[in-house]
Amino acid sequence: MFLLLFLLIPVFAAILLLFVKKEQSVNTIAISAALVTLLGAVYIIISKTSSFDAAWLPLLNSRFTLQADGLAKILVLLTAISFPAIFIATSKNQPTQKNIFLSLMLLTQAGLMGVFLAGDALLFYFFWELALIPVYFLCSIWGGEKRIAVTFKFFIYTFLGSLFMLIGIILVYSHTGDQSFALASFKQAHLTSGMQLTAFALFFIAFAIKMPIFPLHTWQPDAYEQSPTAVTMVLSAVMVKMGLYGVIRWLMPLFPTAFIAHSNIVTLLSVIGILYASFIAIRQDDLKRLIAYSSIAHIGLMNAALFSHIQVGVQGVLVQLFSHGINVLGLWIVADIIEQQTGTRSMKDLGGLAKKQPTLAILLVGFAFANIALPLTNAFVGEFLMFNGLFQFNPWMAAAAGVSVILAAIYTLNMVQKIAYGEISAATNLMPAPNKNAQGVLIVLLVIVFFTGVYPQPLFNVTADTLQQLFVK
Amino acid sequence: MNAIIISAFMGVVMMFSSWGTSSIKLQRNIGLLGMLLLIGANIAHLTGVWVIEFDTKGMLVFNRIGLYANTILFVLTFIYMWINGEEIDKVGDHTHTADYYAIFFFILCGVSVLTSFDNLLMLFIGIEILSIPLYILTGADKKNLFSNEASLKYFLMGAFSTGILLLGITFIYGATGSFHLTAPVINPTTNMPVEHFLMSAGLILLFVALNFKVSAAPFHFWTPDVYDGAPTVFTSFMATVVKAAGFIAFIRVFEIQREALGYSWFIILPFVIVSTLLVGNITAVFQRSVKRMLAYSSIAQAGFMLFALYGRSIFNNEAILLYIVAYSLATIGVFAVLVKMKDYSFESFNGLAKKHPALALLTTIFLFSLAGIPLTAGFFAKYFMLNALLTAGAGLWLLIVAIVFAAVSVFYYFRLVQAMYFTSGEPAINEIDKKYEFKLWLIAAILIVLGVFPSLLFNYLYF
Repeated sequence: MFLLLFLLIPVFAAILLLFVKKEQSVNTIAISAALVTLLGAVYIIISKTSSFDAAWLPLLNSRFTLQADGLAKILVLLTAISFPAIFIATSKNQPTQKNIFLSLMLLTQAGLMGVFLAGDALLFYFFWELALIPVYFLCSIWGGEKRIAVTFKFFIYTFLGSLFMLIGIILVYSHTGDQSFALASFKQAHLTSGMQLTAFALFFIAFAIKMPIFPLHTWQPDAYEQSPTAVTMVLSAVMVKMGLYGVIRWLMPLFPTAFIAHSNIVTLLSVIGILYASFIAIRQDDLKRLIAYSSIAHIGLMNAALFSHIQVGVQGVLVQLFSHGINVLGLWIVADIIEQQTGTRSMKDLGGLAKKQPTLAILLVGFAFANIALPLTNAFVGEFLMFNGLFQFNPWMAAAAGVSVILAAIYTLNMVQKIAYGEISAATNLMPAPNKNAQGVLIVLLVIVFFTGVYPQPLFNVTADTLQQLFVK
Repeated sequence: MNAIIISAFMGVVMMFSSWGTSSIKLQRNIGLLGMLLLIGANIAHLTGVWVIEFDTKGMLVFNRIGLYANTILFVLTFIYMWINGEEIDKVGDHTHTADYYAIFFFILCGVSVLTSFDNLLMLFIGIEILSIPLYILTGADKKNLFSNEASLKYFLMGAFSTGILLLGITFIYGATGSFHLTAPVINPTTNMPVEHFLMSAGLILLFVALNFKVSAAPFHFWTPDVYDGAPTVFTSFMATVVKAAGFIAFIRVFEIQREALGYSWFIILPFVIVSTLLVGNITAVFQRSVKRMLAYSSIAQAGFMLFALYGRSIFNNEAILLYIVAYSLATIGVFAVLVKMKDYSFESFNGLAKKHPALALLTTIFLFSLAGIPLTAGFFAKYFMLNALLTAGAGLWLLIVAIVFAAVSVFYYFRLVQAMYFTSGEPAINEIDKKYEFKLWLIAAILIVLGVFPSLLFNYLYF
């Protein structure tokens, strides 16, 4: 029953917001709803595994099942941290019709929570699509210049992908013993190996588009660049995790044979994607595009580690799911402050931030270190484990992917150099007083970065049960 | 039998009501009351409370599915009449309201025959009762040349397809010596149906004629012109209730008879499905007028509805009924918005969200349902269809073709959403009062409730 709150609180707050116009109360409602959700997330992390189950579609034998195991918990926690952080950090931004903006954001949150908690395939599909709809409107209404075409491309890509998944779901459903959509029945479906390959492909297309994996990534940099930054934060911190989550939750347990059979090709594609995105990131001048490509590279590494199917690598992914979200969120918030205060995202127009706003510069450097995965930061833990797994799978691939760490250092440090050091540029000089709200959020996030970097054991503990299910038969 | 008699009776009542009273409002209300009476009588039959019985020598067989389909189509017609009352008056200068309602009732009489025939002659009669009033409705805007053209075109094409239908019936009679829909003869040694040349030829002619009626490609050519030329309110009726009745008849004929065609059924039907999806979806993308886009979209949706014919599946009935409800309600809704526009171009919707946020949201819900986005009935309609297709043993390729075209359909439905929300401009729309908006909210509410609990529709199918 408790899990239902993760859906109900955001939805109720979203409906309430439609009727509130006053700026101050709009912010208060959104932030408090998000904070209450965060409290709930913290509660389920420390409590035992819980679940919720109710009849939904008796005809199809589909039930409204929500369940929180380690994988779900860690992503729920990430979602629950991200939204209040985004709301507080961007509370000074003034989109038109802010109440509707925040209302759609909260609906997105509800959709994401549903995706991570669903224990029934049809319900999972339902939320998978529902998370997309508000984002479509958010990006198309409040986005940049080319928003309509770019968002439409994003929408069509993901919609087509999820339709493939729907066929996959129907296919597996028709082979379950008890004609049910429950995750447990799906795991025991009698699929021939040929059927497994087909169903695997159908599911994988949806996840690969969402992550995205090279060569299906073309929607992403444009979408990240054109979306309002608050939405970009949701997209890259939480929404891309839907793809990885889908792989861990559905692909690995449902189609073990097909999963192993495809591991080489998918890992190879991921490694190509990592290098490709890293090289492009080096050439970027636009701050948002740089972070977007850097994010493709990081997600590619996580996918490669997943498909290597080595326990230690998967353990790394489970931790990194959370860490990457926190890090990239921090980077986006810094980018948003810079854009809001200077009016530009072009790095060649920026410079001297360290002199103008030293606190912000320090925070930027902190998140930059996390992006490169230096020791003591949370990303180091995850990436170390992932490379370890990838190395056991295939040393050459690990070596090729390892180049990306160097490349990450190049583009991230280059970014820090251009933004923080040098003479104070004209654009930087325009910056008003520091944005206290956003900086407060950044400090909290940075504390999480270093805390989980030094003492990651809590994250391992939370995800232990998922790992055990995947690897201990 | 209740529905056939009451609808014919109400048709006559409506014809004479324009002599009794000159008040359009009263005529409209008589029509709505008649509709309620018809729904009530049909439900009485369904529950067995009150049944008018005739010995039809097995020409008409009333089963649960047929009667339930009747109920659904009558309720849809009621909603249609209730929303579009004023617009119906406007066609032909406020002088023919009672006539139109009479025509609706005659069409519903044809619908009730089509949901209960068990004899090919009855099929023929049903289709004619349904079609002839439709030719009149199409040409109802007497002074508009496009309406006249559409009516003539529809009549000629319709008459032609009826000819094919009759030829097919004749062949089948030649093969079996009976007009009854009988199970195909099975060869005891091979356990396969005995193929009879005349029978196969007759069934294929029947197949062609019925494809004409439901506007499936490559027999769809009349559809865009007729839907575009007919007065917009009547297009809404033709594209929904009439088309749905066509599908019910189609399924009644081929549910069992398809087996007589043996393997060739699995060649001709996929061919029709794929070409319908292809023609409908691809052509709809390039339309400039919303009304024409909706005409092509109705062809595309017919492609999805044909899935219910593919083979034996426990989901066929659910799929077709849910699809009919979802598609018809959404289409009635979109057309109800469209009739209020001053012109039918996509540009006239620009900036609608700023001026009428509620109306834009409603239109979006209808379009989402047509596109099959979750949380609307359209999603489960498509889901059940795909499920029916898979359990009937269709190849995976057919499903993949279907979903690729479902994704294509997003292109043209969302063009309207983009115009309403993301393009600024002054929408060319007439005044809309709160009452009208309320009626549209009701449709949207049904779509969303069925989009979360589709089982609500099926509870009455079996109990």
